[in-house]
Amino acid sequence: MNGVINWLTDPAHWSGDDGVVRRLVEHLEYSLVAVLIAAVVAIPLGLFVGHTGRGRFAVVNAAGAARAVPSLGLLFIAVMFVGPRLSGDAAFVLPCEIVLVVLAIPPILAGTYSGVEEVDSAARDAAKGMGMRGTEVLAKVELPCALPLIFSGLRSATLQVVATATIAATVGLGGLGRFLIDGLSVRDYDQMAAGAVLVAALALAVDVVFALVQRYAVSPGLTGRRVRRAAEPGVTPELAVHVTA
Amino acid sequence: MTWFTQHISEVLDLTLKHAYLAGVPLILGLIISIPLGWLARRYKVLYVPLIAGTGLLYTIPSLALFILMPLFIGTRILDSVNVIVAMTIYTVALLVRTVADGLGAVPDAVAQSATAMGFNRPRRLFMVELPLAAPVISAGLRVAAVSNVSIVSVAAIIGVPQLGSLFTDGFRRDYADPIVVGVVACVLLALVFDGVILAVTRLVTPWQRVRRAA
Repeated sequence: MNGVINWLTDPAHWSGDDGVVRRLVEHLEYSLVAVLIAAVVAIPLGLFVGHTGRGRFAVVNAAGAARAVPSLGLLFIAVMFVGPRLSGDAAFVLPCEIVLVVLAIPPILAGTYSGVEEVDSAARDAAKGMGMRGTEVLAKVELPCALPLIFSGLRSATLQVVATATIAATVGLGGLGRFLIDGLSVRDYDQMAAGAVLVAALALAVDVVFALVQRYAVSPGLTGRRVRRAAEPGVTPELAVHVTA
Repeated sequence: MTWFTQHISEVLDLTLKHAYLAGVPLILGLIISIPLGWLARRYKVLYVPLIAGTGLLYTIPSLALFILMPLFIGTRILDSVNVIVAMTIYTVALLVRTVADGLGAVPDAVAQSATAMGFNRPRRLFMVELPLAAPVISAGLRVAAVSNVSIVSVAAIIGVPQLGSLFTDGFRRDYADPIVVGVVACVLLALVFDGVILAVTRLVTPWQRVRRAA
């Protein structure tokens, strides 16, 4: 335990090209890009499925299957097949992003479509009764009401991505996983454990940021149980998929 | 494909190890989650700390948890006990909330009828409330099963043998066949777990079949 604290408090480990700060920035870069791409794909798709109810069966099952695919294996396969077609860093960065995007899509998708599906049908009917068209109902009623669940989907996707970006180091990329992998190869347990502490701390910090953003981004009209439930860390969207599947 | 036929026994052995490392924590996690979930339901003050606390555990990345385990329980880094304990923690993190919500969804009238019929607390819990919560708990267990199977493979990085070892070996030798076989085996194993949980749920909730047939 003392070795880990000594490692973490040594300023030499924090600066430079292989310092903690640099690795942290890399880690956040990989994660952010992946979550953004996944959100751009999954939120519109989820809104479509939730709004029209079309393709629901296919989407639910594809998302469930994607969850079962082990990220480490997928990463190695992607590096082997995609890597040789690219040059330089991209040969490793792109496969890594593919894996992280595949990981992030199911929770965002599940959060979005179950969020839209769970909108009170009275609210939907009222919107139609006021003369809104389908797209208006979606944009003005369903989307704002679904925000808490979309957020909790984004949140669990981001947490999984931050956790999994650690394995980028196994194919020679940076990120906080470097300390785990480098420590392992030279049998330096202090470095490994320090890296593990850093990754865990980053995940907790990201979770806290999401909790704060969620509190302020969700319409105050949606108070009560639903907001409270979505504000807690957990698996509501995942469960929703399996309960309704 | 030829690689697979030549290495069937090795793949089977790794699959069994994988099933053990992913399956035992599911059972342990369920056993631990039931009392915790019940506590969260029974005493309102405990709900938020228990659910938020266990939820927080789930945010710890798996590789980090595998590596940190020896610091907490004094095992060696290669010990498979690290993986079992870490996976049990994840399972509990997912299930406490599910158990609490499942118990909460039992209609009040049913619980009160059980009391009126003379069921004491423990008997009411095991004979009435838990069986009625079974479908919800089973849904949570299925999520945990699939994620356990996938997460366990990461333990190959620290050298605990299971299907993930096929990934690290294949990658080291720049040979895709074992990796593909490993991924397929993982997905199949997840499907088997899912099927077992569904079958057991059907067995313990016979009234659901009757309702569906009617």
